[in-house]
Amino acid sequence: MKQANIQYEDVVIVGAGPVGLAAAAEFANHGIKSVVLEVSNSFSDGSKAICWSQRTLEILNRSGSAKKMLEKGVTWKQGRVYRGEREIFNFDLQAEPDFQMPAFINLQQYYFEEFLERHIGTMKFNDIRRSHEVVDVNPKTDSTVLLTVKTPKDEYKIETKYVIAADGVKSPLRNKLGLQLKGQKFEEKFLITDIRVKKSYPMERRFWFEPVFHHGQSALLHVQPDNILRIDLQLGPHADPEIESNPERVKNRIRKMLGEGVGFDIEWISVYTFSCRRMDKFTHGSIFFAGDSAHVVSPFGARGGNGGVQDVDNLSWKISAVLKGYAPKTLLNSYDRERIPAADENILNSARSTNFMTPKNKASEEFRDAVFLLSEEMPFARQLINSGRLSSPHFYKDSPLNSMDDPLFKSKGASPGELSIDTSVFKGEDAVWLLTELGTQFCLLIFVDEPLFFSNKIRHLRELACSWKPKIKIVFVSDQEIDSKNGALILSDKNNTCFKKWAAKPGSVYLIRPDQYIAARWKDSPPLKEINCALEKAMGN
Amino acid sequence: MIYNIKEQNFESPDDFYEVLVNAHDGLSDDESRRLNAKIILLLANAIGNKDLLEEIILTARKSFVEQ
Repeated sequence: MKQANIQYEDVVIVGAGPVGLAAAAEFANHGIKSVVLEVSNSFSDGSKAICWSQRTLEILNRSGSAKKMLEKGVTWKQGRVYRGEREIFNFDLQAEPDFQMPAFINLQQYYFEEFLERHIGTMKFNDIRRSHEVVDVNPKTDSTVLLTVKTPKDEYKIETKYVIAADGVKSPLRNKLGLQLKGQKFEEKFLITDIRVKKSYPMERRFWFEPVFHHGQSALLHVQPDNILRIDLQLGPHADPEIESNPERVKNRIRKMLGEGVGFDIEWISVYTFSCRRMDKFTHGSIFFAGDSAHVVSPFGARGGNGGVQDVDNLSWKISAVLKGYAPKTLLNSYDRERIPAADENILNSARSTNFMTPKNKASEEFRDAVFLLSEEMPFARQLINSGRLSSPHFYKDSPLNSMDDPLFKSKGASPGELSIDTSVFKGEDAVWLLTELGTQFCLLIFVDEPLFFSNKIRHLRELACSWKPKIKIVFVSDQEIDSKNGALILSDKNNTCFKKWAAKPGSVYLIRPDQYIAARWKDSPPLKEINCALEKAMGN
Repeated sequence: MIYNIKEQNFESPDDFYEVLVNAHDGLSDDESRRLNAKIILLLANAIGNKDLLEEIILTARKSFVEQ
């Protein structure tokens, strides 16, 4: 029975950090109303997360939120690794750029939140409530959750079908439910600081092992907008956080690093110990944990914020599909099946980086030393130097939503469970990006040549697709320009990159999920029945 | 025959490195050294080729004798 003093909602997102806000934008994008409850009345203090990956930008771009971030953010793809004063090697994350989004931008978390929240304000569905604290959470049945919310003025209740707990590493919601993060804690302390400099720095990531300015440790430098530098300095296991956060002491360390002549002001100081931990399960009834509330990693690799945004990228289309009634609730089981392995990959990589930076015994110290000694002349040894393995989208290899791969692809292109590959294609005369054209619903990407496109087979497929539930977008990629005049979306692969990247030939078909992951594919003209089966599977049936 | 000892040949460098380092968990320094010696002999046997093994050993020795 409905009670007058209770608000009824479909989706409540707890936390308006990058992950909570990304979720709100995604739901709005799928046409689902959500409510965001945030205890704080301001954006994050200090820049905190700063590195946003290509994938995060692609996700935000779907709801139109990436533009402002790209304008303000510092775009980078180069990294340099030093030992002492010598550069051991450098890397380029997009050596052959053919993607709409850069490999990374650096942007302070407060800007990320501000831009995203403002953009959400322009969308049809938006309801972000600041200074609203969830003081009680009560899973009523398996299908609804009752939340008690406190505002500066009063208290009210919301009954909701779904809760996204994006309330950060200390997650009050997780604690209220008596759930924990489990895993490895590192003894090592790191000083993380942002400073405003009066000099410009190249837009690249620099990492030092055993730098001369910071004896025997490691150091990381990132460039942010507004002439702000992010500096991470390893302090060893015995450093005292209180002493190390003293601004004068920090200034001293930075003067040694940048040289005496560089003027700067300190913006933000924090002394961290890292941990790599996660919850056993992210899904608890109708409550879904996402981002730092579900898993934490050390910061070398930009895997925290980006991992969290990908959590809600994964979750929002699924909840939306269930709410719209075209997918069964069992679809939601795939959230844990897909995102727990993704979190484990992030944890594994960030733990390995931290281990490489802080050798745990004499043997690992000696191996690291050998790696450095060999690395100048032997390129293979550079592969072993680990200053952070940067975030990349997880391959949902064992997802229950995947259909069997077609062996005719010989594992080339994008297999089921992998992300769609962006590339530049043409819509008429206009160059467009493939990912943008795929949209945010299920999509069939069909590779054709002119005779195939005008065949009865394709006409038949298009007619049938109109009756499918959910609605499926059909995107054709042709090897040459086709003037169809029949309303079909045809992209032409004038650069001859799309067929190649997707290992396709005329007749190849990919079934793509709303989050742009591949659900199934066929090298050559699949029967409709098989496409139907794959679609059912991808919707959790 | 030209051998590739310079370029990357690992299937998965990070996996290998983790296994290698973790193998030393809980060993004394002396035990660690003996473990390494055993690992070297096993790897050498897997490689087998005499010329290649000589080249590897000389390459590894280089930075010590040059100075």
